[in-house]
Amino acid sequence: FAKKIKIVSITFHYINIYKKLSKCKICYGNLTTFNLSCPFLSQTYHSERHTGQYYTLPAAHIQKLFPHGLPPRFQLQIKTFNEGCVMVRPPALELISYLKKADYSKPPLRYILYGDVGTGKTMCLSHALHYCYTQGWLIVHISDAHLWVKNCKELLPSSSRPSRFDQPIQASQWLKNFKITNERFLSKVQLGYVWTKRERTEKGQPLGELVDQGVNRMKSSSDVVGAVLRELRLQAGGATEGEGAFKLAVAVDGLNALWGKTSLKKEDRTMCEPEELTLIHNVRKMMKNNWSGGAILTALSQTGSLFKPQSAYLPSELLGEEGFDNMEPFVPVSVSNYNEKEFESCYLYYLDRNWLQHSHSRSEEGKKELIFLSNKNPSILERLCAFL
Amino acid sequence: MAASGCRGVRSILWKYGSYGKNLFVSRSKMVPQVKCFLIFKNLAAAGPQKFTQEFIDKQVEEFEVGKRHLANMMGEDPETFTQEDIDRSIAYLFPSGLFEKRARPVMKHPEEIFPKQTAIQWDAEGRPFHFLFYTGKQSYYSLLHDVYEKILAIERHQDKMRNKGLFTSDTKQILLTGSRWLLKEEIEENLVENISVQDYMRLIQLMELLLSMPYCSLEEEFILKFRKQLEVQSSKYEIPALQYDPQGVAFSFADGRRKSAKASITLRDSGSGNITINGRNYLYYFPVLQNREQLMFPLLFVGMSGRFDIEGSVEGSGHSAQAGALRLAISRALLSFVSEGEVEKMRQAGLLTADPRIRERKKPGQEGARKKFTWKKR
Repeated sequence: FAKKIKIVSITFHYINIYKKLSKCKICYGNLTTFNLSCPFLSQTYHSERHTGQYYTLPAAHIQKLFPHGLPPRFQLQIKTFNEGCVMVRPPALELISYLKKADYSKPPLRYILYGDVGTGKTMCLSHALHYCYTQGWLIVHISDAHLWVKNCKELLPSSSRPSRFDQPIQASQWLKNFKITNERFLSKVQLGYVWTKRERTEKGQPLGELVDQGVNRMKSSSDVVGAVLRELRLQAGGATEGEGAFKLAVAVDGLNALWGKTSLKKEDRTMCEPEELTLIHNVRKMMKNNWSGGAILTALSQTGSLFKPQSAYLPSELLGEEGFDNMEPFVPVSVSNYNEKEFESCYLYYLDRNWLQHSHSRSEEGKKELIFLSNKNPSILERLCAFL
Repeated sequence: MAASGCRGVRSILWKYGSYGKNLFVSRSKMVPQVKCFLIFKNLAAAGPQKFTQEFIDKQVEEFEVGKRHLANMMGEDPETFTQEDIDRSIAYLFPSGLFEKRARPVMKHPEEIFPKQTAIQWDAEGRPFHFLFYTGKQSYYSLLHDVYEKILAIERHQDKMRNKGLFTSDTKQILLTGSRWLLKEEIEENLVENISVQDYMRLIQLMELLLSMPYCSLEEEFILKFRKQLEVQSSKYEIPALQYDPQGVAFSFADGRRKSAKASITLRDSGSGNITINGRNYLYYFPVLQNREQLMFPLLFVGMSGRFDIEGSVEGSGHSAQAGALRLAISRALLSFVSEGEVEKMRQAGLLTADPRIRERKKPGQEGARKKFTWKKR
């Protein structure tokens, strides 16, 4: 049965290439829930008809775009299956449709993906981000803002401002990832910035140099991050068409970390506020919609959050008053558990990849058990199937 | 009236005082909370009778009189005063806080209280009455003799039928389903004699031989004396009533308990498998897989997993116990949606049995229920 699917999917694969070449509307025939291994198909063609189907992220894209972005279990899955397949789901499609229709001369729209634990917010965000990448946008992706507010080993007082704290390790790590993702832009963007008394970057230097400086000199990396973000903000609107123009996609996962509490302590053993961290402060500035020419995609996350109950998943609960006021107005996109069609698709995908080894899981009874035990929650289902 | 009533009460107390120490042979009543085992006393070891027959008769008389007095005291009709009424009245008049049920005051027929004993087996000259006295187990061997007599009688009957030409193999068979042979202990109790395991097996073999003959229905009465009816278990469960919504949707309530967790649920028909516990989705209330499996088991067993909506509330104890309580509640609620045969299957699967395990008490001189203090050699 698995072979049949493969053959069918391969034949459709070729049919699709053919149709893409002839630039006509792509039709998937009777494929409702099966795999769709078609790496060339870009997201511009995804529509509601394709909900529940999987599409493969090209390996090159994964390496470049997501050095740090994907959830760790999904990275393991990519390694095991030797391919990264993402399911097309309605929240992601909604987000992409908004991105297509938005007016980029106006201030950026803020999208917040929210939902219960394990319903797929990070994956939808990654899907949308992949779309932006294929469209040639510049990606600023903060994979998990929670990592910046807890478990920091080094917390240096900031060199530029007295009341702030730097996180050199996290900042340099992020700059490295930024470099990998946006290599092609680094030589194009021009800037000039003075940021310490001793070091300065002349006007007209490409962004790449600044990033390199930040990576090499850990002490000032947080300030470099701030500088980079500010430059991008100023230049995203960038009226000039041609080489200099680019659209900016700011993606933050774990948005509630920016306005929550930290678990970091200052030297005098008092708790650190998020405002006092340079990185957080700069990202908050990014979140304001006083620039133009891009979009802000965010996702909330309860799993890494500090001091929030597990039942909280709505934006008002997780962001708190301050965060909510800052982020208003925003476009909320809700992510929920799989519906029946999506569950079918996921189940068949695992069967196809021989991930469900236990013979009982192939029967109807086994499927009902899986539905019950996971309540069609994507992450729980994945964990369940992992030991079957 | 008061004096005789006093005497009756005094006799009860006397019985309770001296003989409360003995283990009374409990008959078919099985106390539900205690583990089901029958208590047997070694009757033969008591030796020949300590109480004379006259004494027993006197006790019986006193019991009857006392029963009538008790009925008058309670204001009930003495003619129709049953043993259950007696138990109820005694529990009311002598409330006892003792945990051990067998230590509480009891008023029963002397036959149940005084153990059966053997009378003196020989006459004044020392000659035994029974011809099998010198075998040592006279009642047992006389029983075997009786059974063999019956076998021979049936064979003679068979021959007679054959001679007449009316011999048929398909005669009326004795119904043996729903009953079992008496246990060795029960037979010992009937014979007031100790028998060994081999003796018991021999007796059962003989009875089976009797049963294997075509015309055994002639001795049906005799055989049924040695068989004990088993209770039909599944008829004991009370099925919660099926109620209907204004929209016509069927639903039922049920409760369940496990270890000090109490759960109560509403099972609604034509749902989609949503389960809400204490207002939260079951996926978030029971993050542990094992607990969700416990919830799933009754529905999956009956095959109706996507059909019901369950709304439950549970409190007390820990997460496993809460899951167990919910499982019992779901099984009980399902009884009203399910057929008779399914009820029996559920009972055999153990879905309807309340788990009797509770936390064991900590004993003095020990760290916990079982853990002892560190043992020091010196």
